[in-house]
Amino acid sequence: MTWSEDQPMVSIKNLHKSFGELEVIKGVSLDVMKGEVICIIGPSGSGKSTIIRCVNALNDIQEGSIMVEGQEVNDPDLDKRELRKKVGMVFQQYNLFPHKTALENIMMAPLLVLKQDKESVEKLARQLVKKVRLEGKEDSYPGELSGGQQQRVAIARSLAMSPDVMLFDEVTAALDPETVNEVLLTIKELAEDGMTCILVTHEMGFAREVADHIYFTDKGVIVEHGSPATFFDDAKDPRTKEFLSQIL
Amino acid sequence: MEAFFEWFKWLYDDTGINLPFMYDSYDRGRMINGFFMTIKLSVLCLIFSIIIGMIGAWLQASPLKWTRRFVGGYIQLFRNTPPLVQLYFFYFAIGTMLPKVASDYGGEQPMLGGFAWAVISLSFFAGAFNVEIFRSGIEAVPNSTIEAAKALGFSRLQIYKDITLPLAFRVVLPALANNLVNLVKTTTLAYAIAVPEMLYEANQIWSDNVNVTEMMIFMLLAYFLLVGVLVWAMNRWERSLKIPGYGA
Ligand SMILES: Nc1ncnc2c1ncn2[C@@H]1O[C@H](COP(=O)(O)OP(=O)(O)OP(=O)(O)O)[C@@H](O)[C@H]1O
Ligand SMILES: [Mg+2]
Repeated sequence: MTWSEDQPMVSIKNLHKSFGELEVIKGVSLDVMKGEVICIIGPSGSGKSTIIRCVNALNDIQEGSIMVEGQEVNDPDLDKRELRKKVGMVFQQYNLFPHKTALENIMMAPLLVLKQDKESVEKLARQLVKKVRLEGKEDSYPGELSGGQQQRVAIARSLAMSPDVMLFDEVTAALDPETVNEVLLTIKELAEDGMTCILVTHEMGFAREVADHIYFTDKGVIVEHGSPATFFDDAKDPRTKEFLSQIL
Repeated sequence: MEAFFEWFKWLYDDTGINLPFMYDSYDRGRMINGFFMTIKLSVLCLIFSIIIGMIGAWLQASPLKWTRRFVGGYIQLFRNTPPLVQLYFFYFAIGTMLPKVASDYGGEQPMLGGFAWAVISLSFFAGAFNVEIFRSGIEAVPNSTIEAAKALGFSRLQIYKDITLPLAFRVVLPALANNLVNLVKTTTLAYAIAVPEMLYEANQIWSDNVNVTEMMIFMLLAYFLLVGVLVWAMNRWERSLKIPGYGA
C-alpha cells in the first residue's frame, strides 16, 4: 500500500505496550494528518512518553499498529533506521552530544546517516542555527550553553535530517521559566511552517495556541480528545476536568 | 662528541665506574638497538592492546550470549595468569605447534620469531585489562545520549565509533594510562624469550664487562625516564581531550 497525503501521516491503532508484566498503554488510537500539530497531555505516568517513543521504535510494541507514512512500525522486519530518518525526536533532557560543538551536533546525522557532502550540510546547519536564533553559538560546546540554548540546538539537530514528523517529549520541562518561551517560540514557528508535530507538554497555554487537536491520557488510555477550544472549555470526562482544574 | 665519550673512559679509569656503552661504539650500538627494540615493542603493544580493548568491549555488548562469554573467558584467562607464563605459552606451546617455514639460509625456522610472539602475548595481556577499562567507560555513557543518536538514525557501529567511544575514552584515560605504563614495564619480560630489548642488551653488556651494578642503576633510570615520558604524554593527551563545560 502506498501512502498519500490525504491519509494520516501517523496512524496509531489500538496500541498496547507493556514493560514486563506491567501494561502501560492499553489500546490507544490516534491519527495525525500532514501539517497537523497534536498535543498529548495528561498526568505523570499516564504513558505519554511511551506512546511517542513507540512512534520511532525506541520502544517496541506488543499489540496494535502504528503506521508512519503507510509503513507499519510494528513489523519485525522494520528498518528502524529508515523510519527514524522520517521521524525526528526532541527529548526533555536535550541529550546533545557533549563532545561536539553546537554546529557539529547539527551536522553529524546528515553526514553520517544520510551521507550528504560536508559543504551542503554545513550550509544547512548554519541556516538552522539562524532559524533557532543561536547565531554566534556555533562553536560552543553543549556544556557552555544554557538549557534553553541546548534545547534549541537539539531541535536544529533533529531538523537537519529533514524529518516529516517531529516528536517533542516535554521539551521545556527541564528549563528555567525564563527560557521556556524561547523554545516554545521555536516550536511554534516550526508548526506555522507546516511541520507535522506530536507534542507532549504541560504548557497548557501553548497547547491551546498551537495544537490542532488535543489528546488527554490517563493510565494508558485516551480519556478524551478534541479541538483546543472544546477540550479546554468544554471537557466532559471527570478525569479531564479534575486534571485541568489542578493545572489551570 | 668524541671528547664526551672519552670522558666516560676517564671516568672508568679514575673511579672504576664502568659505562662501556658510552665510550665503546660496539656496546653503544647494542644499547641503542635495545632501546629502539623496547620502543618498538612498546608502541606495537600499545596500539594492538588498545585495538583489542575497543573490539573486546564492543563484543561484550553483543546481544549474542556466546560472544559475550568468549570475551569474558579471554579476560579471565589473561588477567588471572602471570604474563611470563603467557609469554612462554605462546612462544613454546603455540610457537612450536605452528608449521615451520624455509629460512634464508636454506634451513627451517619457526613461522613467528620471539619478537612477534612478544608483541602478540603482551598485547593480549594488556588488551584483557583494556577491555575491562573500556567497558567501564562505556557504561558511564548515559543511555539517553545513545538514544538521541538512535533517534537520529545512527547505526549501532556509528553510535559506538562516534558517540560511545569518544565519550568513554575521556572517562577511562587515567585508568588506561595506568595500564599502558604497566605494559611498557612488562615489555622487559620479552627478555625471557631472547628478544633483544633494552634489558636483554644490558645483560649482554654486563656479561662482557662485569659491571652489573652500573648497568642495573642505568636500567632503572632509563625505564624511569621512558615511563616518565609516557605519563607526561598521556597527561597532555588527557588535557587536550577536555571538553569545555563537560565533566569535572
Ligand atoms: N523502561 C521502562 N521500564 C519499566 N517501566 C517503564 C519504563 N518506562 C516507563 N515505564 C512505566 O510506564 C508508565 C508510563 O510511563 P511514561 O514515561 O510513558 O509516562 P509519562 O506520561 O511520560 O509521564 P511523565 O509526565 O512523568 O513523563 C509509568 O508507570 C512508568 O513507570
Ligand atoms: Mg514522559
